[in-house]
Amino acid sequence: MTDTARKAGRRRAALKNALWVLVFLAPSAVPLLVFKLAPMFASAWVSLHKWNMISPMEWVGLGNYADLLTSGNTWEVFSHTLLYILGYLPLVYAGGLLIAVALNQKLKARGFLRAAYFVPVVTSWVAVALVWQWLLNPSNGLVNHLLGLVGLPQPGWWTDPTWAIPSVILASAWKDLGFVMVILLAGLQAIPQEIQEAATVDGAGRWRRFWSVTFPLLSPSTFFVVVISLINGFQVFDQVYVMTGGGPSGASQVAVGRIYDLAFRYGEAGTASALSWILFAVILAVTAVQMRGQKKWVNYA
Amino acid sequence: MKKTWSPMATCALAALAAAGLVAGCSQGSATNSGGDNGQSGDTQVTVRYMNFSSNDGHEADLETIVSAFEDQNPDIKISVETVPYADYAAKLQTAVAGGAEADVFELEYASFISYAKAGALADITGIDTSAYAESLAKAYQQDGQQYALPESFSNVVLFYNKDLFDAANLDYPTDAWTWADEQRAAEALTNKDDGVWGDYQPISYNEFYKTVAQSGGEFLNAAGDATAFNDQAGLDAVNWLTGKSGKTMPTDADGANTPDFDTNLFTSGKLAMWHTGIWMFATVAEKAPDLNWDVVVEPGNTTKASAMFSNAVGISAKSKVQDAAKKWLTFYTSSQTTIDTRLAKSWELPPVADTSKLDAYLAITPPANRQAVLDSLDAVALAPVVEKQQEMQDVINDELAAVSAGRASAEDALANMQAKVDPLLK
Repeated sequence: MTDTARKAGRRRAALKNALWVLVFLAPSAVPLLVFKLAPMFASAWVSLHKWNMISPMEWVGLGNYADLLTSGNTWEVFSHTLLYILGYLPLVYAGGLLIAVALNQKLKARGFLRAAYFVPVVTSWVAVALVWQWLLNPSNGLVNHLLGLVGLPQPGWWTDPTWAIPSVILASAWKDLGFVMVILLAGLQAIPQEIQEAATVDGAGRWRRFWSVTFPLLSPSTFFVVVISLINGFQVFDQVYVMTGGGPSGASQVAVGRIYDLAFRYGEAGTASALSWILFAVILAVTAVQMRGQKKWVNYA
Repeated sequence: MKKTWSPMATCALAALAAAGLVAGCSQGSATNSGGDNGQSGDTQVTVRYMNFSSNDGHEADLETIVSAFEDQNPDIKISVETVPYADYAAKLQTAVAGGAEADVFELEYASFISYAKAGALADITGIDTSAYAESLAKAYQQDGQQYALPESFSNVVLFYNKDLFDAANLDYPTDAWTWADEQRAAEALTNKDDGVWGDYQPISYNEFYKTVAQSGGEFLNAAGDATAFNDQAGLDAVNWLTGKSGKTMPTDADGANTPDFDTNLFTSGKLAMWHTGIWMFATVAEKAPDLNWDVVVEPGNTTKASAMFSNAVGISAKSKVQDAAKKWLTFYTSSQTTIDTRLAKSWELPPVADTSKLDAYLAITPPANRQAVLDSLDAVALAPVVEKQQEMQDVINDELAAVSAGRASAEDALANMQAKVDPLLK
C-alpha cells in the first residue's frame, strides 16, 4: 500500500469516526439546537427591535437596552431579586446543613426522614405556593394563628409590601431544603472516617471537629449548592407569580416576572428579550466571580 | 462503504423529518385538504375557532351553535378552542406572533384596534352587516373598512338578595338609588359575625372608569392624549371603591379577588348586593335555584352610568380558508340558532339590529327585572381604549389596591395614576 493511500484511509477512518460521534450526539444535540440555541439567538435578534408580536418588527438597535438600564423599574426588580437571594440562600443553606448533619447520624427511621424532606423538592411549585399562601394568610392562616397564640405580632405577609418577599423566601427555603440536604449529605458521607478519628485522637471535641474538619471538607458541596442556588435564585418566578403576582403594588416583582409581564401582558417582546439578556449577563458574571473565588476557599483535598 | 453510510443517512433523514414535523406544527391551521372553501365536493375543510366567552358555563351552548352550522354546511368542520379569559390575551398574541392563530378568533372591543392596525385581521368589507345594531357593527371598523363582526354585548347591573333585605327590614334597591342609598343599606346589611357582607364591587380599573363617569367625570380628555380623572369625580370614585373594603365588603385576606369567591358568596346567600355582569344570570339561577334575588340598574353618584362590554369575531389575515371562515363568522354572529341559544341560556346578548328579538330574553326569570339590562343602556360608560391597555390597567389597579390597604391616600393615588398613565398615552 502506498503512503498516500494509507493517509487517505486514515482520513476516511477519522471522518467516519466523527460522523458516528455526531450520530450518537444527535438525540441531545438536535433538541438542544432546536429548542435552546435557536430560540436564544432569535431572542438576541428580537432584543434589537421594537415588537408587539402582532405588527412587523421595527429596528431600534441597542435602544431597548438603553431604556432598560436607565429605567428605575429595572433596578427595582433586580433589587427585589437580590433581596430574595440574600434571604433565601443563608436560610436554605443553614437549614439544609442542619438536617443533613442530623440525618447523617444513626437515627431510627433515617431513610423515611430523608425521603420526607425530599418530597417538597419534587412537588409542583404551584401546589406548594398555594399551600404557603394559605398558611401565610394574614387573617385566617395557620402561621398568624400560632403567632397570635404566643402573643407575637401578626404580619400581613403577602398583602403587605414589606412582608411579600419574606413570604416568598419562607416558601422557597422550605421547598428547596430537601435538595440542599441531599447534596450536603452526599458530601458528608464522602468525608473519610479516618480523618474524623484522627481529629478525635488529637483531642478535638464535637464542635471543633465540625468546624475544623467537617465544614472545610464539605466545601466542594457547599460551592455547588451556592452556585446552583444563586443561578436559580436569579431566575425565581413560579412562586412569586402564584403567591403574590409580583404585588402588592409591584413590591415583590422580580426580574423574570418583569420579563413575563413585558412579553405576554404589555406586548413588548423586544424589551422583554433585552431584559432576558441583561439577566443572562448578570448570572454569567456572578457565576464567573464564584468560579474564580472558589480557589481561595474550596478544599478538594 | 455504502453499508457504513446507510444508517447514518437514515439517522440524518430521521432528524430532518423531526425538524420538519416541528416546523409543520407551527404552521397552524389543521387544514390539509388543499381546497379553499370546500367547493371540491368531497373534501371537508376545518375552520379553527378560538374563543374565551364560552369558557366557564357556556361551552355546551357554543357546541349547539357549532352543530347547527355543521348540519347546514356538511363540508365545513369547526374545531373549537376555548381558553379562559385570564389567559386569552397572552395566548392569542403568542399564537399570532408564531403564525399559529386560529382561522377565526374572538376579540374584546378594547383589543380590537391593535389587531386591526397590525394587519392581523382579514378585511371583510362588503359582508352584510344589516342584521347588527349599527353602532356595534361600526365599532369594528378601522379607516372605513370592516375587520370584524360584533358577536355580543353585555353590561353590569346590581344584583341583590331579597331575603337579606327583608330580614333587615329594608326597601329593595330602585333605579332612583344613589351611592349614598347603597352605602346606608350595605352598612345595615353587613353582619361579620354571621359572615354576611353588604356589598361586593371589585376594586379595579373596570369599576374605576365607570365610577368616575357615575360621578360626572371623564377618564380621558377629549383628545384622548391625557388623563382627566384627577379631580373631584376621580376622588369620589377612589373613595367609593376603596372605602367598602373591610367595612361592608370582604378584603383580599378574606378571599376577595380569588376566582369564584364573589359568585360563591352570593349564591350561598351571604352577600346582599353584588356589582357584576349579566352573564352571571344563568350561573346564579343554576347554582342557587332557591335564592330569592333580583337585579336593578347600578346606582350612580351624581349621574347614572353603566359599563357596556362588547366582543367581536374576526378572521385571521393569514387563514387559508377565508370563504369557509366567513360563512362561520356570519352564522355564529347572526343566525337564528345563535340568537335563540344566547337568549335562552342568558349568555351575553346578541348584537341584533331589531331589539324586539330580545323579548324572549326579557321574559325569562329570575331575575324578574331583566328590563334593567336594557335600561342600563340609556347611560353607558364606554371603556377607554388605549394602545398600552394592560399597563394602564395595572397602574390603576395597583394604586387602588394601595389605597384600600391603607398604604396611600386617595389624593396621592390619583396623582400617581395621572403621573404614570399620562406617559403611556403619548
